[in-house]
Amino acid sequence: MEEKRFIYLDHAATTPAREEVVEAMLPYFTKEFGNPSSVYTFSQKNKAVITGCRETIANSLNCKSNEIYFTAGGTESDNWALKATAKAYATKGKHIITTKIEHHAILHTAKELEGDGFEITYLDVDENGIVKLEQLKEAIRPDTILISVMFANNEIGSIQPIKEIGVIAKENGIIFHTDAVQAYGQVPIDVDEYNIDMLSASGHKLNGPKGIGFLYIRTGLKLRSFVHGGAQERSRRAGTENVPGIVGLAKAVEIAFATMKERTDAEIVMRDYVIDRVLSEVPYARLNGHRTKRLPNNVNISFQFIEGESLLIMLDMAGICASSGSACTSGSLDPSHVLLAIGLPHEIAHGSLRLTVGDENTMEEMDYVVGHIKEIVQRLRDMSPLYEDFMKKNK
Amino acid sequence: MYSEKVMDHFTNPRNMGEIENPSGVGTVGNAKCGDIMRIYFDIDENQVIQDVKFKTFGCGAAVATSSMATELVKGKTIYEALQVTNKAVMEALDGLPPVKVHCSLLAEEAIHAALWDYCEKNDIKIEGLTKPKNDISEEEEEEEY
Repeated sequence: MEEKRFIYLDHAATTPAREEVVEAMLPYFTKEFGNPSSVYTFSQKNKAVITGCRETIANSLNCKSNEIYFTAGGTESDNWALKATAKAYATKGKHIITTKIEHHAILHTAKELEGDGFEITYLDVDENGIVKLEQLKEAIRPDTILISVMFANNEIGSIQPIKEIGVIAKENGIIFHTDAVQAYGQVPIDVDEYNIDMLSASGHKLNGPKGIGFLYIRTGLKLRSFVHGGAQERSRRAGTENVPGIVGLAKAVEIAFATMKERTDAEIVMRDYVIDRVLSEVPYARLNGHRTKRLPNNVNISFQFIEGESLLIMLDMAGICASSGSACTSGSLDPSHVLLAIGLPHEIAHGSLRLTVGDENTMEEMDYVVGHIKEIVQRLRDMSPLYEDFMKKNK
Repeated sequence: MYSEKVMDHFTNPRNMGEIENPSGVGTVGNAKCGDIMRIYFDIDENQVIQDVKFKTFGCGAAVATSSMATELVKGKTIYEALQVTNKAVMEALDGLPPVKVHCSLLAEEAIHAALWDYCEKNDIKIEGLTKPKNDISEEEEEEEY
């Protein structure tokens, strides 16, 4: 019998923390446990450590270190960005522009703000999952206070025209936030070049620890605290600092940016290999998201006549970890809002498969995965009444 | 997430396939919600289900409930088959996660739809057996959940 394999292809969900990251963190749980707010030398060392970490992260975005605010992760950063902007700028206006393909951390926060009397415009995307700039320009009103557009989509990997959106926001004097949870560490980001005013990022998507992230807030924005209490994070985000988390995040960022070119080049080779082979060897399959304007690690393919959860379970039995936009995996009856937004009919959205590669994956694994995808898709199609009807009709 | 029995019926589905010239066939569910089940019956002159096959588009639970439902009705009379409920299918599978209970309902509906087809062809009336409401061959209706 074949040895049980383990092939992790869900790096958009989370990534393993690097050994170096964990090693860097460990002393801060036990020996160097001091609270950075305390006065004595033992704890003040940790304050200095945090300052160093903040600088590492600031360098990665070309911003100042006092513009980086540590949070518990991407979701908190997104919540903070939207809610605090809404609160601080409500006197200027109550209109916010975002997109239909945002992560739920943005969409559900926006829904919450609607309940508080804010008006939200949800921009469409084209068939490749890219925001339409003309529609953005038309959506802008005198009372628009915020544009929030994700840097790259978590499901289909499409990279948004962030630079162009930044220009439009700046010309109109509107704050621009981007959820860069998927893109940070995968593509170069310069907040000045892109006119980004706020940016959300998370540690565990780039081989850092879970439970830590940050929000970049450009100097001059009058955002208030989101978590009230002590004077941490310049009184803008209270709570004793997650020192090990911050150290781990900074280590992960340091490695991610030092290795970005080489790492993402290798990911692109694997990504394109899987896309090309699956599309040419499996009939009735389509790529979701833009062919080239996509994250280096993202493959998202819909297979007609089959349902995603079945596919995932069978891949799991072959030792392959993947994800899907099917309703059965979302816990609701509707398939992914992103796949619907790019115009996929429900039944095709149900049959989607997302594979996100990471730097521990190999080309040999890609061959194994493609082989299993072909076999499993055919097996599920042989079970599918939709396939039966289709084949009879097209005989 | 799934019981061992569900996984067993998903990975080794019983009675998967189709029957040429079936005595009755029923298709329920819709692709919009991500579940479609089709059941074929071969029913003899004594109204006994001699053979049954299914095809399913759907999640692991949908495949497993179809498979189990076919096992439960095989060799039964049409009247006995009508008594097979979604609860019986679920129990035989050692339970389903709450979000998957609708799959077992769909299996029950598929049996009823195939029986309805058989009864209609043979001019048999059975009390309580009604025309399937969400057969995909009909106009697709917007369903509220």
